[in-house]
Amino acid sequence: MSPHILASTIGRIVRQLRHDRRTIGLVIVVPLLLLTLLYFMFDGQGPMFDRIALVMLGIFPFIIMFLITSIAMLRERTSGTLERLFTTPVGKLDLLFGYGIAFGLVAAVQATVAAGLAYWLFDLDTAGSLWLVIVIAVANAVLGVALGLLCSAFARTEFQAVQFMPVVAIPQILLCGLFVARDSMAGWLQVISDVLPLSYSVEALTEVGAHADPTGTMWRDLGIVVGAIILALLLGATTLRRRTA
Amino acid sequence: METAIEVTDLVINRGKREVLHGFSCAIPRGSITGLLGPSGSGKTTLMRAVVGVQLVASGRVTVLGEPAGSPPLRRKIGYLTQAPSVYDDLTVRENARYFASLYGLRAADAEAALDGVGLSGAAHQLVGNLSGGQRSRASLACAIVGRPEVLVLDEPTVGQDPVLRDELWARFRGLAADGATILVSSHVMDEANRCDRLLLIRDGHLIGDDTPAAIKATAGTDDLDEAFLRIIRQQEKAAA
Ligand SMILES: Nc1ncnc2c1ncn2[C@@H]1O[C@H](COP(=O)(O)OP(=O)(O)O)[C@@H](O)[C@H]1O
Ligand SMILES: [Mg+2]
Repeated sequence: MSPHILASTIGRIVRQLRHDRRTIGLVIVVPLLLLTLLYFMFDGQGPMFDRIALVMLGIFPFIIMFLITSIAMLRERTSGTLERLFTTPVGKLDLLFGYGIAFGLVAAVQATVAAGLAYWLFDLDTAGSLWLVIVIAVANAVLGVALGLLCSAFARTEFQAVQFMPVVAIPQILLCGLFVARDSMAGWLQVISDVLPLSYSVEALTEVGAHADPTGTMWRDLGIVVGAIILALLLGATTLRRRTA
Repeated sequence: METAIEVTDLVINRGKREVLHGFSCAIPRGSITGLLGPSGSGKTTLMRAVVGVQLVASGRVTVLGEPAGSPPLRRKIGYLTQAPSVYDDLTVRENARYFASLYGLRAADAEAALDGVGLSGAAHQLVGNLSGGQRSRASLACAIVGRPEVLVLDEPTVGQDPVLRDELWARFRGLAADGATILVSSHVMDEANRCDRLLLIRDGHLIGDDTPAAIKATAGTDDLDEAFLRIIRQQEKAAA
């Protein structure tokens, strides 16, 4: 890995995104529209809106970045650019971290805008501070990036790549404790929930919602999410082969 | 003459088939070597082995004295893939600058590469909006931008108009004169006459390795197409 190549790879990925207006719209505007929808759905039910909007601030970046990354990486594989990059001094880690950091930066913008809207316009109320919400949202986005990089290895077309979305994202959303509290689920469901990383980021966000100062549980959960990111990136690295058949 | 690329007993399987069957050849430094053969004969496969992205069953490929694909070679090799491999959602200039940066080069080097393929005028355009010929020249610019010592070009002039094709060949000639070793595949015989040496490949076998003039002289014809045909017939007769 070289800092210089990493930096220009981050720049290249962000530039690609910048030329794609519609994707920028998806990344920045869609979470705002969904939050607005939630606000009117829970009109007048403050605590309910607080709980769900807070969790959504973590789930939107995860889903959106997963989707964007798996398509971007698939294109890199199918367009031949990946093959060509592997004949240059680019390292696998330059690519993996390049995507992680580039989309992480975009996610930071996304999370700031979305959280800003929720706090100032929709009066989202959390005991803990806004910046922790943003940090957890960005961690979630990077988790989405890491899983997207990994899943793209198992898709051959963009059509197949988008089909990983429901497989990877929806079970995590259902079992993360948003719909049914995790400790009141059947034992085997709890076991599944325990191994899904999104469960921990949702728990971390809930901690921020309930406590004025960052709690030990929150830090532990954030650590687990970071661990899951590293694991997914390492697995992703094994799917990037310089030599192919 | 010094050897830049040496291929020894190379066996490669793709899918369930053996595509190269113990292929050997040596390519001299500072020359343009044409790799000539019908579609499906194994040209792209051999080139992928030379640039180090092809899984190899057995045999050896050495480039500038190093095993193909080894890290020090990655600064010294340029590869034009058969289908253009550039980012559609970047401009021509952004593509060239990105590839230049991978070799530690600057924006001025990227401009020079674009100029070299006649794309300066389209530098601000998104690659996705270019014509087929422009796209492949954008891809070519990214292959030459690192000023490689070894340049592997997979059908570089397909879809280019004759004037441009002539200019591109003059460019390749200039690079070789500066010391670059160029391996270029083609199935257009007219282009083969511009090479210093030719490797004739058919069904994954090397059936000829000589200068264009010598190949024509041996086959007893002035036409390379006809020479290729005669060589194939001779070998079939010898095999029968
Ligand atoms: N990805 C692949 N999987 C399986 N077989 C392949 C693949 N790519 C090429 N082949 C086969 O390998 C042979 C040689 O292909 P190739 O090297 O592309 O030939 P050329 O470049 O001379 O047209 C062909 O028979 C082709 O069908
Ligand atoms: Mg080919």
